[in-house]
Amino acid sequence: MSVTRVDTDNDNLTVTLVAEFDASIDQVWALWSDPHKLERWWGPPGYPATVERHDLTAGGQVKYRMTGPEGDPHHGLWSVTAVDPPTSLEFTDAFAEPDGTPIADMPVSTITVRLVDREGGTRMELRASFESREDMDTWVATGTIEGLREAVGQTDALLSE
Amino acid sequence: MVVDELRDEAVDDLFHALADPTRRDILRRCAADEPSVSRLAQAYPMSFAAVQKHVAVLERAGLVTKERRGREQLVHTDAAAVDRARQALDELASTWRGRVDRMSDLLR
Repeated sequence: MSVTRVDTDNDNLTVTLVAEFDASIDQVWALWSDPHKLERWWGPPGYPATVERHDLTAGGQVKYRMTGPEGDPHHGLWSVTAVDPPTSLEFTDAFAEPDGTPIADMPVSTITVRLVDREGGTRMELRASFESREDMDTWVATGTIEGLREAVGQTDALLSE
Repeated sequence: MVVDELRDEAVDDLFHALADPTRRDILRRCAADEPSVSRLAQAYPMSFAAVQKHVAVLERAGLVTKERRGREQLVHTDAAAVDRARQALDELASTWRGRVDRMSDLLR
């Protein structure tokens, strides 16, 4: 069971989240580094993700698409700026064209992840920020992630195993 | 939802406006109240002209409106503009809460 602390910083356009997992640091890292695992949690309910390309190295990219309820595809691209397995990762996440070109004028967020070994578990510290207020306005205006609020507090597994 | 089209300069203005702690404090004061520029100026250890400049930056960014009443200029925060930012951050937080829940499920 994960314990989450979530803070929003309106001045710095940042969300900070801390989660404690009952799993080893390697297991938690694998959720990021293994594309088959990543696609199982990245997309919200109704928008399952498929990872098309996964190069988790500095300067590398992760290309993915999410498929909406009507079969509508939404492509995304991570540009990885820094990675230090199994403890830290930094990337920007952008909306993309099918060929992976980032879409101009769509929100870009910067994500930093830090994993810390805690006896018997792993703490994940994550910061997500918008690059600009315009990005934030666009995020709200396009309502891109539908059904998001249903995802919060969901306890039944997306995949039972 | 109505999409406001923001010019590039408007984006910069907004970001610039919110980056200063005095201006953020002015926003907070003007959210619950409608102080005059003179009254605002009394709250800060800087010249009247300096406070006027801060208000001008906020107004240019669409975050406050100024209304002339008699000899005074009253300043009021545009809650909608500030709320949009808050809403976007809340949605971003929700996105990540959902992801963490799904990560947790995969680790069982």
